[in-house]
Amino acid sequence: MAFEGLSEKLQSAFKKLTGKGKLNEKDVKEAMRDVRIALLEADVNFIVVKDLVKRITDRAVGHEIMESLTPGQQVIKIVKEELTALMGGTQSKLVIASKPPTIIMLAGLQGAGKTTHAGKLALYLKKQGRKPLLVACDIYRPAAKKQLQVVGEKVDTHVFVMDQADPVVIASKALDYARENLHDVVIIDTAGRLHINEELMDELKAIKAAVKPHEILLVVDAMTGQDAVNVAKAFNEQLGIDGMILTKFDGDTRGGAALSAKAVTGKPIKFAGIGEKLDDLEVFHPDRMASRILGMGDVLTIIEKAQASIDLKKAQEMEKKLRTQTFTLDDYLEQLEQLQKMGSISDLLSMIPGMSSKKLGGLKIDEKQIPRTQAIIRSMTRQERLDPSIINASRRKRIAAGSGTRIQDVNQLLKSYEELKKLMKQMTGGKGMKRGKFRLPFM
Amino acid sequence: MENKKSIFAKMKEGLAKTRSNIMSRVDELINYYKEIDDEFFDDLEETLIISDMGVRTANDIIESLKKQVREDKIGDAARIKNMLKEKIAHILSEGSKGFELNSPAVILVVGVNGVGKTTTIGKLASLLKAEEKRVIVAAADTFRAAAAEQLEIWCNRAGVPLIRHMEGADPGAVVFDAIQAAKSRKMDVLICDTAGRLHNKKNLMNELDKINRIIDREMPEASKEVLLVIDATTGQNAISQATEFNEVVGITGIVLTKLDGTAKGGIAVAIKAQLDLPIYFVGVGEQMDDLQPFDPKSFSDALLE
Repeated sequence: MAFEGLSEKLQSAFKKLTGKGKLNEKDVKEAMRDVRIALLEADVNFIVVKDLVKRITDRAVGHEIMESLTPGQQVIKIVKEELTALMGGTQSKLVIASKPPTIIMLAGLQGAGKTTHAGKLALYLKKQGRKPLLVACDIYRPAAKKQLQVVGEKVDTHVFVMDQADPVVIASKALDYARENLHDVVIIDTAGRLHINEELMDELKAIKAAVKPHEILLVVDAMTGQDAVNVAKAFNEQLGIDGMILTKFDGDTRGGAALSAKAVTGKPIKFAGIGEKLDDLEVFHPDRMASRILGMGDVLTIIEKAQASIDLKKAQEMEKKLRTQTFTLDDYLEQLEQLQKMGSISDLLSMIPGMSSKKLGGLKIDEKQIPRTQAIIRSMTRQERLDPSIINASRRKRIAAGSGTRIQDVNQLLKSYEELKKLMKQMTGGKGMKRGKFRLPFM
Repeated sequence: MENKKSIFAKMKEGLAKTRSNIMSRVDELINYYKEIDDEFFDDLEETLIISDMGVRTANDIIESLKKQVREDKIGDAARIKNMLKEKIAHILSEGSKGFELNSPAVILVVGVNGVGKTTTIGKLASLLKAEEKRVIVAAADTFRAAAAEQLEIWCNRAGVPLIRHMEGADPGAVVFDAIQAAKSRKMDVLICDTAGRLHNKKNLMNELDKINRIIDREMPEASKEVLLVIDATTGQNAISQATEFNEVVGITGIVLTKLDGTAKGGIAVAIKAQLDLPIYFVGVGEQMDDLQPFDPKSFSDALLE
């Protein structure tokens, strides 16, 4: 998870403060020294760090005392507010033109992930019911066009290519094509360069002038160091950008570039690329990100993921089954499928308040556990699923063989299912949940 | 393209922005302070941090600088520049050796996404071929769309054969085939491209481990180099990349790419200081011959001159 390293460092800086009943200037200064180092190590730009630390110190010393908070909590609250403000305050949406097509142009350095994110963006827009068109304007990098075509195929989006043409011509022709074929969003993938040179800027400016994009998004590698601000600044000053997409955010990068780029350009981060798969694109929420940085968790995103993937009607049926205690292994299977739709378990866990990889410690989440459990249940007959008590030794052997697991795995699943049923009984019987006894069956 | 430039000129040109960024600040500080005090050192440390050297490495360098200043009773800020240059050169050159290959050799090239592995391999293949070595390349990046096509174009330019499978094929199988081909065609060097992977993805790192084991098993007689490609614009995360990759496949050296960009490349100093991994090559441009052997002295000279 991005930012994790940063959040741990900040938390240890705050730990010294939380126990204190009263803060003096020296305490705050000391904590701020640690905060400064933590931010610098996270690649937050050095000028941004200076500014941020000064503002936090000013606010924390003497001012703004709230009665309900300890001074330590007070400082954390200020830091969170400042971090949120730094990353752009509120979420910033993609501009959609009133008269289609909406034209989105991607720009950035080589290797930032423009082509991949053009594909991710196309998929994101498709899911919102739009009909995007991908345009290959990178005519320099060997096989860049081919890469976009393959990506386009994967997300089932048409890719506009032209051989032997100038990028400006390709972009303009693509617009005509989009209008004729009723594509309502056009995503233009442009060439990256090793560094910002005039040649590249001139080409981008020419494309911009020719197609007048509604959104110019700068694609920035989250692992970039202090140079990120120079890149963002240069693109913004010379080309004028409307927002940023932060890529490779699923590494263990502390993502300081994210904090800095917004601060120096004033342009919001709109999306974050969080994985290898083409649907691994997340809308960037500064406030939630600030919570994650400070280890406060990101419950909102979990709830949203749940809402997006869980069918309300099914949930009501399930609730009824739980109440009447007719929860079968089939229902269990369905539950697992819904859980799976929400994404990887470790991602979800990392969003829970108080959870960090350190706390999860050696606990390596085995993402294959759910598919394995599903395989076991699917290897059972209908009758067995309805009444697991008939599953004897020979049936267990067959189920294990059928699902490619071991008999122990089958036993464990049956045991956790029984425990789950017992738990349901307790809950519906009003006795309340006993802590510690219950284990999630997929862990 | 452009007229040929000397290696040093290219590297200097590549590092020009780096240099002007660091040195103008150092010169500025020296002019501003004249006398050496704690505030001067704090500012100097910040300057190093801006170059992506990292808080720890910058702090170590400054502390040792402070010590030397105290011991030698130096009061003149202007002398600091040379001392700083020497210190960085010393860190970079300590125990360093050049990149040498016996025949047969296998070079496994690894790194996170988008650092320039494929491009580096193209350049490396042509560099080795110029040394009269028989080179073969394995396209074991079967994940990224069109990665093999990109590599093929580079291999055609360099004039070396390429072993490739379909997209989505098992990279281990590609490497296995390439090893057999290298053996039967009596090649001197096999270079294996791999898919970019973030170092915290366990499954992908396991895959790399498997490729590594296939090489060890199928070609135990070969001398093996595992090169980690790092983008010079990367910040402190490069340390974490190097640590993790080193744990899984045992990195033998670093290739620092995109040094002709605006980034300051100070991360090279941090990697050497903290992990003691030698830097073998630097990438300073987009042309075929823009991969240069890393020379600690000219690097630190270019960085701080």
